[in-house]
Amino acid sequence: MSQSLSGSSLADDTGSVVVNPGIAPVGRGRTLFRKLLANRAAVVGGAYIILLLVVAAAPSLFATHHPTRYQNPTNRFAPPSSEHWFGTDNLGRDVYSRVIYGTQVTLWVAFRSVFFGMIIGVTLGIVAGYYGKWVDALIMRMMDILLAFPGILLALAIVSALGASLDNVVIAIAIFSVPTFARIVRGSTLAVRNLEYVEAIRALGARDVKILAQHVLPNVLSPIIVQATLYIATAILIASGLSFLGLGAQPPIPEWGLMLAAGRDFIWNAIHVTLFPGLAIMLAVLSFNLLGDGLRDALDPRLK
Amino acid sequence: MSDRQPLLRVKELRQHFPVRGGVLGRIQNVVKAVDGITFDVYPGETLSIVGESGCGKSTTGRSVLRLQEPTSGEVYFDGDNLLELPRSALRHRRRDMQIIFQDPYSSFNPRQTISQLLNEAMSIQNVVPKQRRRERVVELLEMVGLKAEHVDRYPHEFSGGQRQRIAIARALSVEPKLIVCDEAVSSLDVSVQAQVINLLKKLQRELGLTYIFVAHDLGVVRHISDRIIVMYLGQIAEIGDTRTIFRNPQHPYTRALLSSIPIPDPKQRSRPVPLVGDVPSPINPPAGCPFHTRCPFAMERCAAEKPAQHLLSDAQSVACHLVENGPVDYETLPMTVRGEG
Repeated sequence: MSQSLSGSSLADDTGSVVVNPGIAPVGRGRTLFRKLLANRAAVVGGAYIILLLVVAAAPSLFATHHPTRYQNPTNRFAPPSSEHWFGTDNLGRDVYSRVIYGTQVTLWVAFRSVFFGMIIGVTLGIVAGYYGKWVDALIMRMMDILLAFPGILLALAIVSALGASLDNVVIAIAIFSVPTFARIVRGSTLAVRNLEYVEAIRALGARDVKILAQHVLPNVLSPIIVQATLYIATAILIASGLSFLGLGAQPPIPEWGLMLAAGRDFIWNAIHVTLFPGLAIMLAVLSFNLLGDGLRDALDPRLK
Repeated sequence: MSDRQPLLRVKELRQHFPVRGGVLGRIQNVVKAVDGITFDVYPGETLSIVGESGCGKSTTGRSVLRLQEPTSGEVYFDGDNLLELPRSALRHRRRDMQIIFQDPYSSFNPRQTISQLLNEAMSIQNVVPKQRRRERVVELLEMVGLKAEHVDRYPHEFSGGQRQRIAIARALSVEPKLIVCDEAVSSLDVSVQAQVINLLKKLQRELGLTYIFVAHDLGVVRHISDRIIVMYLGQIAEIGDTRTIFRNPQHPYTRALLSSIPIPDPKQRSRPVPLVGDVPSPINPPAGCPFHTRCPFAMERCAAEKPAQHLLSDAQSVACHLVENGPVDYETLPMTVRGEG
């Protein structure tokens, strides 16, 4: 992804020297926001994500028809028109409305799965990094085992074992994202753990839970935020992929991957049935990637 | 000195760090950062630990406070062996012993204001009732020479010297008996260094504090300490009163260290003690006396037999075969001829 860095975002940096992940200057929230705004790709991605969120929050405001109940068997495969903006599918349902409702399904799956994966991964990573020794070895070897499987294959195996449903897709993606979070957080924790302020707090007699939650976690947050954003894109892809394969959403749920699967037999006659859900997936993934990359650049001064 | 009860008694303390490698992460080697040291610290005194980088002086400070788990040994603080205390008891005990670090930039969480960090310290040990904490924060700041208006600022708004004062305030907030100053003034400018040292001395007088002062700057050490421990490769070369050590050092390594201090008087000349080579690796320290590979007075025996601590007087103890039968006059002692120059 090409990044446009305007002069102002570079100039912002000259004043503050960030030596180390744990000792970034305070008040960087505002600087971060400015840097992000200077990155056009990230702004576009962010704006599209906001639009997605609004649509997902109130799809009925945007849809023109009911996504499942509206069926018109006499008007199947109708091309886009003023009545059906994206045309109709093989059952005569309104593709536009289904794409709109699909936003909610997709984002709900993606956010939940990344959230659970993040909670578990961050906890494991911080514990592994802080305690080290056998705790670290045990946790990280378990993560290595998970990482040894190709991602989609692991998700596939988990869903086939648990049964095809969207909730199981959430579980699969969560498990699949745990090791990545654990690794990233472990690395940052290792860097922060030996900073003198952590030792100073320990010397004062604080409990480990307090040290980890109040002094380590806040200082390893940036990479977590970046990773979570990028992972939402991955989660959208995997969820759609699993649904496409029939392992995720079941008909008649308006899920983008499932819509692709249903429309793929008619792709030569009615491309709009697959084109629009496909575009929806692509744009959603792209926007989260753009925002994630922008966040990474804004948070990591070394990438300049 | 010897008739007083020590506040801290360290016996045969060892801190070894495993060097792991290979696929299975097996222990391949051991860095003997601190290798069997014994010393006492008396209440109200300043005991300095000096030596080159990597001699284990900082590690000693941290191991004594159990910030790292020592490999073996005993550390008695006010009668309790700290190394055997369960974790929760140790947490309460930490109130009595604090540490000030070298780097005033990384010793604070960048997200906490001064009042937050002092309040946190007090709440961890519950030293001051909640209602009085606000007052106490101001009191602490004034004690270390900062102003009440500084309470809501962040650490990055202060200079290095001011941050070191904040670090002192944090250490004092739990009303400790012992403070380990781990190179506490090494990273400061000379003028600021002097201010901080004078502050530490003032606080010692007023609060009856005991300091373990880890440093490499002999000028600072001479100024602040009552007694000095000279360390070399994880072991104690010489312990003694500051005056005795500076006047009549009896370990060849101490002599070498001291002769490296420039004397601001061209007429006064002392016989320098030349050292050859570098400090050997603490992974495979030399057998016998750890210093024999570089010692200008080394004898055959030094390579084979580790010297014991010889008590030369009440105020001086030296680990060297030369002083076995009492103090030696180094000005006349012949040096071993070495190939290198």
